[in-house]
Amino acid sequence: MTISVKMMKRPEPEKNSYLRATLSGMALTFRHLVNPAKVTLQYPEEEADLHARWRGTHRMEVHADGRPKCVACGLCPTVCPANCIRLVGGEDDQGNRYPVVYEIDEFRCIFCGMCQEVCPVEAIHVGRHFENAEYTRDRFVYDLDRLMEQDHPTTLLWDPSDPRSE
Amino acid sequence: MDALQPVSGSAGFIASVAKVVLVFAGVMLTVAYMTLAERRVSAWIQDRIGPNRVGPFGLLQPIADGLKNLLKEETLPAKSSKLFFLMGPMIALMPALVTFAVIPFAAPLPTHWGVVDMVVADVPIGILYILAITSLGVYGLVLGGWASNNKYALLGGMRASAQMVSYEVALGLSVVAVLILAGNVTLTQVVWQQQQLHFWFAFPLSLAFILFLASAYAETNRLPFDMPEAESELVAGYHTEYSGMKYAMFPMAEYANMVTSSALMATLFLGGWDLPGSWDNMFWYHGQLISGFAANGSVILAHPALWKTLLTFVAFAIKTAFFLVVYIWVRWTLPRFRYDQVMALGWKVLLPTGLGYVMLIAGATLVLDQLGLPWGFTYGLILTVLSGLATAGFLVFLDRGHTIFGAAAARDQKTIVRHRAGVPAQAGD
Repeated sequence: MTISVKMMKRPEPEKNSYLRATLSGMALTFRHLVNPAKVTLQYPEEEADLHARWRGTHRMEVHADGRPKCVACGLCPTVCPANCIRLVGGEDDQGNRYPVVYEIDEFRCIFCGMCQEVCPVEAIHVGRHFENAEYTRDRFVYDLDRLMEQDHPTTLLWDPSDPRSE
Repeated sequence: MDALQPVSGSAGFIASVAKVVLVFAGVMLTVAYMTLAERRVSAWIQDRIGPNRVGPFGLLQPIADGLKNLLKEETLPAKSSKLFFLMGPMIALMPALVTFAVIPFAAPLPTHWGVVDMVVADVPIGILYILAITSLGVYGLVLGGWASNNKYALLGGMRASAQMVSYEVALGLSVVAVLILAGNVTLTQVVWQQQQLHFWFAFPLSLAFILFLASAYAETNRLPFDMPEAESELVAGYHTEYSGMKYAMFPMAEYANMVTSSALMATLFLGGWDLPGSWDNMFWYHGQLISGFAANGSVILAHPALWKTLLTFVAFAIKTAFFLVVYIWVRWTLPRFRYDQVMALGWKVLLPTGLGYVMLIAGATLVLDQLGLPWGFTYGLILTVLSGLATAGFLVFLDRGHTIFGAAAARDQKTIVRHRAGVPAQAGD
């Protein structure tokens, strides 16, 4: 892409006019005064329109019976560049693996979304959400129950055939 | 029905007290809501929304601001001059509020006890009183700036005084043109003369109007003349060291000055409370409230009424509000002048123009009076044409870029001169 430079036309010294410039400036501000461009989002009343691939805090998908979909394969803590996922796997009587401990430190997380990309059973997701305020710091370590409770929409993975997610 | 008399005795005293309270409350309320208007209008001009959270449409914002300023900590700079530091805001605010006293804001109101003039004090020295008192306001700025023991505050105060001195001359000269035409300094009489001329003085004195407008912006330290504050150069100018309510009194003084000067511009140049037509003309003439003179020289008595008072008050409020909105509009359009540009405009353009214009108007009125032309429409029309020509000449002169041009234009001009003289271009051209 080429950089375009807008050249401002400077008035000639002899033709340069303060009054005409003032009046045209006031006309411009008046146009904005009576017809301001609507750019401000009245945030608490109006919801921000998040992009389909916006990456926010995580959520864990659950089965119909309420168990987490996670099979404790250990791929997400391995791939995580910020090392923010702590996973301790376990095995039940039928030999199904499940997470005994699954914690994500959202302060360490860099929201790259690689945990979601790498997950073989589509259990862990990053979500389209940004209102994360808490009163204490330790509330930012999300445990398994917290991750399963989260109900915001999940992030769409990048699709090479639709690079802009349109 | 017997002749209308002005209120006197205890009824007059009560009426005076009521007017003082109402005018003071009105000015303070306008000042409070000017802060909101400034913020909302600036926001709209810049495609923002502005304060809209406190109350419906943010209408309670001035109250929240006032509360905040009252509750904030007041700081006293360690090496300031305490007494003058405290006096600065008071001296700045006081003259700004008392000047409104002489401005008539509506047609006289008939009551059961007599006719009440809608002006707090119709003093015979009207405009002179305003010129005298508004000049005092700058002492507050200078004292506050000096007492802060801060170099930026001191520079702001010095600029305020220099600017005030420079532009008071042009302001005074443009007022002199009005006084020549009105023949009196009483503001009620200025309004009356405009009613009799069938012209608001903005037309027969168009150049004085422009000079007064420019000088009023400088006198109230509003952009493009806000040299004393100049936040990009002087931190915050004269009120750098102030906080809390003491700080808030400086903007309050500025807004009160704006309200007064807008009301004064409306009175001097847009007929004050006058509305087109002669139905609202009222003036005390030898103890009688008259609306004009008949062809044979006898007086026509006026008929004041409550609805006339209310309607003329609305007219006055609209004219004042117009100037206030223009104040805000100009502030958010124009960049600040350089300091030398401010001084050049004041001394090299406005002062000689004002002097020349006073001569022109004085000569024109002398000739018209010698010709025996009666004070009326034709008189006003001749002066309007004359002033229109003078204004056109002034604007063409100002427009040529002789007085206010940017550094780039000055550099270009130098380059062109060198080029014509055959001097090769140099680095920095």
